[in-house]
Amino acid sequence: MLDLRNVSKRVGNSTHIDSISMQMEKGSLNVLLGPTLSGKTTLMRLMAGLDRPTSGDILMDGKSVVDVAVQKRNVAMVYQQFINYPAMTVYENIASPMRVAKVDDTTIDRRVREAAALMKLEPYLDRTPLNLSGGQQQRTALARALVKDAELVLLDEPLANLDYKLREELRAELPKLFAETGAVFVYATTEPQEALLLGGKTATLHEGRVTQFDETIRAYNQPCDLQTAQTFSDPPMNIVPVQKQGRQFVFGNTKVAAANGAGALADGDYKLGIRPHHMALEKPTGAAMKLDCTVSTTEITGSETFVHLKSADVGLVALTHGVHRVEIGQPITAYLDQSRLFVFDSDDRLVAAPVSGAGGEG
Amino acid sequence: MARITLDKIAHSYDPHPKTDADFALKQLDYDWEDGGAYALLGPSGCGKTTLLNIISGLLVPSQGHILFDGADVTQLQPEERNIAQVFQFPVIYDTMTVRQNLAFPLVNRRVAGDEISKRVNEMIEVLDLADKADRKARGLTADEKQKISLGRGLVRYDVNAILFDEPLTVIDPHMKWQLRTKLKDLHRQLGHTMIYVTHDQTEALTFADKVVVMYEGEVVQIGTPEELFDEPAHTFVGYFIGSPGMNVIPCEVEGKKARIGATEVKLNKSYRPSDKSTDLGIRPEFITLKSGRTGIPAHVEAVEDIGRFKIVRTNLEGNQVNVVLQEGEPVPADPKLVFDASRINIYQDSHLVQGEA
Repeated sequence: MLDLRNVSKRVGNSTHIDSISMQMEKGSLNVLLGPTLSGKTTLMRLMAGLDRPTSGDILMDGKSVVDVAVQKRNVAMVYQQFINYPAMTVYENIASPMRVAKVDDTTIDRRVREAAALMKLEPYLDRTPLNLSGGQQQRTALARALVKDAELVLLDEPLANLDYKLREELRAELPKLFAETGAVFVYATTEPQEALLLGGKTATLHEGRVTQFDETIRAYNQPCDLQTAQTFSDPPMNIVPVQKQGRQFVFGNTKVAAANGAGALADGDYKLGIRPHHMALEKPTGAAMKLDCTVSTTEITGSETFVHLKSADVGLVALTHGVHRVEIGQPITAYLDQSRLFVFDSDDRLVAAPVSGAGGEG
Repeated sequence: MARITLDKIAHSYDPHPKTDADFALKQLDYDWEDGGAYALLGPSGCGKTTLLNIISGLLVPSQGHILFDGADVTQLQPEERNIAQVFQFPVIYDTMTVRQNLAFPLVNRRVAGDEISKRVNEMIEVLDLADKADRKARGLTADEKQKISLGRGLVRYDVNAILFDEPLTVIDPHMKWQLRTKLKDLHRQLGHTMIYVTHDQTEALTFADKVVVMYEGEVVQIGTPEELFDEPAHTFVGYFIGSPGMNVIPCEVEGKKARIGATEVKLNKSYRPSDKSTDLGIRPEFITLKSGRTGIPAHVEAVEDIGRFKIVRTNLEGNQVNVVLQEGEPVPADPKLVFDASRINIYQDSHLVQGEA
């Protein structure tokens, strides 16, 4: 198990990592999710032993590794910018950690071919990396990390430079591999969708702090605060500032009943959060807050359409199924379904969440 | 602005191509309409950059002609074609201010001073760079720099076309939303002919009125986003568009029936049996999982909950069949697959075939 205890990293006056504690089991996949500069790479460098924490301790199976040199640790890393040995063939690139570890040739051959099959590299084993596309080079680096019997594997946005179809396939395959090797896997990404596809556990990072570390689907369904909800939403969660008055939330001249335990909250200022796919453009069956909007733009992802809206200066995004063309500037009514609302208090703490989000009946 | 005509264009990097496979770009005839927003979409190595280079003039095709508004430009150099290009990485001058960077392409073309300031001010406004306009480009973030690159491409009003080669690759996902939206707006406001190369379906479908899907050097479909989703002309389009992509299941057809191993699937249209390899294509969105007697028994191999929907990976006679369930929809015990017959497409040798009513 990899155990981080109050790990901080300060450089001069600025705090890059702010007292992070997290425990990662063997054979587990741990996603670090956050935008660029949120601290993902810095945290990975601390885990790898490339940098030393300013304070706090890092333990591997109960023993502190802070003073162990990186060469003495059994760590594999894959970066966004792929790194291979340019003079070696793909085969030898993948085999190299096993050559160093003096693994016998039969085992090397079997494992190189297994890893190559998985990464769809079989036709390229005799080529050198510079004769490959970027995607093929990165798959070579991933294959090498997989065959090295590391106890800690750090993947820093490894799929960012690949075609999205290849990403889709690798994301589905990688978690299974991770579980098989028994190593602690840490995977950094800026994309919420990628974290959800990978599963496992997710730590959401914001300005060097872990805002939540939980089962991935739970962190998504029950974000502890607004920051976590925003980090874990692409496009961002819609936020509507409201006032609670009695049993209702009020925004301008529209209102909705405070459901899902929110009825008991004290009167005052709150923020309602609603994910784009719960922002309806057709009247839902249950009670809903009605918002008069204009269409700013639309985006199409292949099977879904994002409709960007504006309502009284609040920017909102609705996701609809299928491919739709909506006219820009067109007035449209959007609905906030009362059963789908996240409620945040004035300190941005989550105070009520949709029941259905937990995966039950919708 | 110009209409761009590809007249029997093909290209091989081999000076003496023998077979079809030697062509990086197989023969293509197409008219790019004046003022259209197009995307070239495909995986790496599909030939999209080859095609872009032929349009820009970096590459002379081994075969065929390229015409701008009817005039043959096949042998013209890039600078003689009057085309603006935006690349994957920002191309700007660090020591110049944002304003100077935007003005540079106009200054080079000896545009009058007051015309330059008018165009540059417009561009600064549409790109939301007003507060940075007089700062040196050095020290700006990657996405601000790329915005300037976009601006430099867009600032000239006399270009025949603007070509974008994966311009959002280096941009953070949060910023991508904004820049994608911005480009779309700009096309609407300025009406340039724009050709946008990408391997990302969201960028292509969002930006373009017409998407050109390429696969192994061949244009396999040119269509609107709706057409690519509803009726992929090639199994590759079905697979490449949509996440997860269309299920492609080997089958045999006869009349209004498709046979997948021992399983029979009802079709809305009638097809003649064929010696060609035949596949049934259906998107994961158009399959439902039901308990009870109707439907095709399937073995559930994995369920991936990704928040707003679930991907259920099932096995049907040795074929993986993905089903998408909406949030909160449970996976029934002993589930059966029910295909929406109106959404089934039939493919022979990977190409869509039309059935008879």
